[in-house]
Amino acid sequence: MRISPKKVFDFYKDGFSSMTVGKTLWKIIFIKLLVMFAVLKLFFFPNYLKHNFETDEQRANHVLEQITRQVADNN
Amino acid sequence: MIDVDPSLVNWSRAMFAFTAMYHWIFVPLTLGLSFLCAFFETIYLKTGDEQWKTITRFWMTLFGINFAIGVATGIILEFEFGTNWSNYSWMVGDIFGAPLAIEGLFAFFMEASFFAVMFFGWDKVSKRFHCFSTWMVAIGSNLSAVWILVANGWMQNPVGMAFNPEQARFEMESFAEVVFNPVAISKMTHTSSSGFVMASAFVLTISCWYLIKRRHVEMAKRSIVVASVFGLVASMFVGFTGDEAAYEVAQKQPMKLAAMEGLYIGERGAGLVGMGIINDAKAPGDVQDAFLYEVKIPGMLSLLANREFGSFVPGIDDLVWGNEKENIMGVNTMMEKGRHALSDLAAFKEAKRAGQEDAAAAALERFNVNQKYMGYGYLDTPEEAVPPVAIVFNSFHIMAILGSLFPVIFGAFLFFTVKGNITEKRWLLPVGLFTALLALLAQQAGWVTAEVGRQPWAIQGLMPVKIATTNLSTTSVQITFAMFAVVFAMLLFAEISIMLKQISIGPEGH
Repeated sequence: MRISPKKVFDFYKDGFSSMTVGKTLWKIIFIKLLVMFAVLKLFFFPNYLKHNFETDEQRANHVLEQITRQVADNN
Repeated sequence: MIDVDPSLVNWSRAMFAFTAMYHWIFVPLTLGLSFLCAFFETIYLKTGDEQWKTITRFWMTLFGINFAIGVATGIILEFEFGTNWSNYSWMVGDIFGAPLAIEGLFAFFMEASFFAVMFFGWDKVSKRFHCFSTWMVAIGSNLSAVWILVANGWMQNPVGMAFNPEQARFEMESFAEVVFNPVAISKMTHTSSSGFVMASAFVLTISCWYLIKRRHVEMAKRSIVVASVFGLVASMFVGFTGDEAAYEVAQKQPMKLAAMEGLYIGERGAGLVGMGIINDAKAPGDVQDAFLYEVKIPGMLSLLANREFGSFVPGIDDLVWGNEKENIMGVNTMMEKGRHALSDLAAFKEAKRAGQEDAAAAALERFNVNQKYMGYGYLDTPEEAVPPVAIVFNSFHIMAILGSLFPVIFGAFLFFTVKGNITEKRWLLPVGLFTALLALLAQQAGWVTAEVGRQPWAIQGLMPVKIATTNLSTTSVQITFAMFAVVFAMLLFAEISIMLKQISIGPEGH
């Protein structure tokens, strides 16, 4: 059997259009992804190191500072 | 003294634990239910009996609901790595990058590409190819879990890496050592097989509900047979892998094992606590009894921990203050070495900054001597290396006791269903009705044992959680925690509602 792009497209089109409970599930998935990426990730979960430092060298120095500072101060 | 707000660390931990535990409601069902669907469909392919097709499609629908609600909840954990655990995520990026990338490229795409055929392909592709696709989804789902568990295994037993002091990163030296880390392998086999038990229990519970309601009786009985066989084999395998996992814990994380058993003073021929009430007021080094009540099996803990009855199993006190006779270095000694390592690391950094290459090389040489103790340098007291014993003991025993019940439950259901009189066993059906809940409890208790038991470490012996945390405001973590609680509650409500509706409709409504 030859698989053409149209056949693949029709396969998905028929599949999606004949869904019953699946339609509700897709709605939930889209809402969930929207909340995760457009709200949570954007406003509440920035990548701290990427957000605050420009280069990997700066990030490495910051982390090194964090993991040695207080112990070094005590000595 | 390390100047990190303990409430920030605790809130960050609570949020991560909450997200992971929520994520783990869905994962084990996906792991096991995918295989059960493959079994049902294979029987359909072999027999041509349309009833098996109906059964397959019904469980496949519930699998799809669980997958849809659970999908992407793991992504939130990755958000938290970047925001709340930035020091940690920077330091382990090189180790975790490979397993997680493989998961994304290989397992996820394998899973996703066959997913459409599994759900849309009925009557459009050949029966054989459809069945093949269902198997591929099952294998792909389980492969996804493998890579995450490899990453978790590394945190419990960091191997195959070297610390790069200039980059402040753990860098992978041997991919094979990371993948074939014995802790990762025992974790993977134990966790995956416990997922199979969870899914079998889920099928058993819903089938029992149908039998109690006298609906879809034939489908329920056939489902019980397949789920009981799978559940029986998987629950016995869980016992075997659990023994292996406990052995690895004894060898690599003896403090965790001591907490799991509430063992404060080590002994030869140590007994295994079958059940007991732990004394929550007991602290390391004091003279109080560890238990208010206990039932011990003599010698079994030594056998489990070292494969030898008379062998020595260290207790919490031995590990905290050392035991010269048994050649055990105490946390107090490791703290000294760890402080030297951190001091030398700081000296290396300063020398590099000043361009003093000889001084940097000398500091690095000194650092390498004590490098493996560096995590202990962050501890304020030796007792800080002890996890919350009561939580670890109780969660471990809940998991173990429930785990030993499952083979009996699946065995009984298999026996009476094959015998043909399961519907007459009205005393047994309610047991089946609660089996999924018990399996979920065992699952969560297992993870609590594994993760609380390794506290205070984010990476065993190398990095405590208080150093792994990003220095954010506690309030912002509390706010995001509250947001997650609301979002997760809504999602869980949606899943349970849709699932219950579909179960109520039955196999006609797929």
